[in-house]
Amino acid sequence: MYIIPMLIVVSFVSFIVISLPPGDYMTTVQNRLTSQAGMSQDQARAMAERMRSQYGLDQPFMLQYLNWIKNIVLRGDFGFSFQYNRPVSDVIWGRLGYTFLIALSAHIISVLIGVVVGIYSATHQYSFGDNIATVFAFIGLSIPNFFFAIVIMYFLSFKLNMHVGGLFSSEYVFAPWNWAKIVDFLQHFWVPVFVVGIAGTAQNMRIMRGNLLDELQKQYVQTARAKGLTERVVIYKHAVRNAIQPLIMYLGMSLPFLIQGAIVSSIVLQLPTTGPAFYNALLSQDMYLAGSFLLMLAVTLVIGNLLGDILLAQIDPRVRYE
Amino acid sequence: MPEQEKETKFLTHKELIWRRFKKNRLGMLGAFVVILLTLISLFAPFFSPYDHNATDNNKAYLSYQQIHFFDEEGNFHFRPFVYSLKQEFDEETWERVYVPDTSEKYFIKLFTRGWEYELFGLIESDLHLFGVDEGATLHLFGTDELGRDLLSRIIFGGRVSIAIGILGSMITAVIGSLVGGISGYFAGIVDSILQRVIEMIRMFPTLPLMMGLSAAIPVTWSPVIILIAVMFIMIMVRWTDMARQIRGKVLSYRKQEFVEAAKAAGGGDFYIITKHILTNCTSHIIVVTTLAIPQLILAESSLSFLGLGIQPPMVSWGVLLSKATNLQTIGQYPWIMTPGVVILITILAFNFLGDGLRDAADPYG
Repeated sequence: MYIIPMLIVVSFVSFIVISLPPGDYMTTVQNRLTSQAGMSQDQARAMAERMRSQYGLDQPFMLQYLNWIKNIVLRGDFGFSFQYNRPVSDVIWGRLGYTFLIALSAHIISVLIGVVVGIYSATHQYSFGDNIATVFAFIGLSIPNFFFAIVIMYFLSFKLNMHVGGLFSSEYVFAPWNWAKIVDFLQHFWVPVFVVGIAGTAQNMRIMRGNLLDELQKQYVQTARAKGLTERVVIYKHAVRNAIQPLIMYLGMSLPFLIQGAIVSSIVLQLPTTGPAFYNALLSQDMYLAGSFLLMLAVTLVIGNLLGDILLAQIDPRVRYE
Repeated sequence: MPEQEKETKFLTHKELIWRRFKKNRLGMLGAFVVILLTLISLFAPFFSPYDHNATDNNKAYLSYQQIHFFDEEGNFHFRPFVYSLKQEFDEETWERVYVPDTSEKYFIKLFTRGWEYELFGLIESDLHLFGVDEGATLHLFGTDELGRDLLSRIIFGGRVSIAIGILGSMITAVIGSLVGGISGYFAGIVDSILQRVIEMIRMFPTLPLMMGLSAAIPVTWSPVIILIAVMFIMIMVRWTDMARQIRGKVLSYRKQEFVEAAKAAGGGDFYIITKHILTNCTSHIIVVTTLAIPQLILAESSLSFLGLGIQPPMVSWGVLLSKATNLQTIGQYPWIMTPGVVILITILAFNFLGDGLRDAADPYG
């Protein structure tokens, strides 16, 4: 149960990382005031100073950090997003929701397809289908996520004339949820799921294939066959059960991995998820927003690992007593 | 006597690995492509038909240039040739179009003289693998918005991307295996402290952490310093993988006879770690390092793609692809996505090579 000290360290490091860039959001504001609002240098500087003290940005580093953490723990208040001019928690929860939705869907689909194709590949080793699957898996593992997003976007919009980018067509963005909106949502939603899920699918496929091939070599499989069990029972009841274990162990861990993969591709696809918001917050030094995202992503990773461990202990009793 | 020696000759560890690796066709293919890419990167100016920063206003956004084998009359020429292109505007859409002038053929020449360069800052030359005579151009992969040759830019970008991958993963390997070695060898309190540090770094998702750190690099720095800083950030985030893997291996070695023997013979701790324990992990280290190269190339291109990595005028594959974010641009000029295909091929090759090495690394298995 050393998770809590770990979280403290993580929050501290997150805060350091986002405080690293020289200047702060008020520098951006100051530049904007002189260039767009036509203020003189001195006026703009005075205004920026005033805002700094208003938001506590002029306080020493440790004090800023402690305030931030205190508000998160006591009131669930992640600070103020200067860019959106709203509390950070208003901005991040909705976006985290969509991110999880995409990552989870991609995860489930990639596990299902990966396991099924993996079993097929292992039982039909070196067949035409297996070779196709292997080539696909290698490409899926090697293609940069964001490049895949670009290619998909290109094909969908210029070869098939579909609307891509975002999660809704423009007329539905602010519309209340109804049937048409759900259909529209699904039409957009599969693209990021596909892009994010492809690497995971490929990986699951490779792991499943390798494990099952190993298991099929073992003696208990031979015994099962010798007993006269049908091939179906031998594979699904005996070999697959053992081969699938490492995949389950890795279930929890790969979720944060997927969320990460979604970051760059959702910037390309302009989705209302964490990726673009984190990126913009970094660029404009909207520090509380960027810091909260970094913190939340790290927390996801911690929870993911924990879930993975628990799941494994549930499935494999040997792990529990070690 | 010498003949008898030949008979009793046995294969060394290296020979066994090589023998097994040779059988892996994908691994060999990967190795071939990797060597080819490395050579092209090393001798980038020789392979580039154009200076990658030379602009040409009359050739902006030229598509893949066609190479011809048949002329207008349908005669076959064994040597491929190109036509010179003239920029014109489509009367209706006002788009730029390039019209070939079929009156004169320009044959593609091998080992021709072109723009001047300095190789490694030492050798001055103007020799290039291929090119065409003045009057026509040879833009195999097209050009970008300033008329710069995309093939040359990809070759020079590869220099940066591959260098970051290889150098970065080598430094990662050194740091990772030293820390992993120390952690596994001393065990106990040293191990606990190092493991907590590693766990702390690994708690962060790598890409967002790299993004956060890269955002802190001042854009006013010179491109070379930025390059080093980006590499440093990636190493800082990634060395933990190597350290963990090596630690696991070293833990299993630390109580073995050869280590005890080295200790009894009076070997110092550092000497034992580097000379005895880590040399036993060599094949493992090589495999992990090879598989880390594509990861680093991917990380670099993602960061540069977002504008958080390498900064122009320096080019890397990510920088080149960052032009391809706009849907309208890729719709009109799809060839600017080519660097992505090159990244894919490179990563694929390194993955094949790494997988092949991993399978071959344990020749007794």
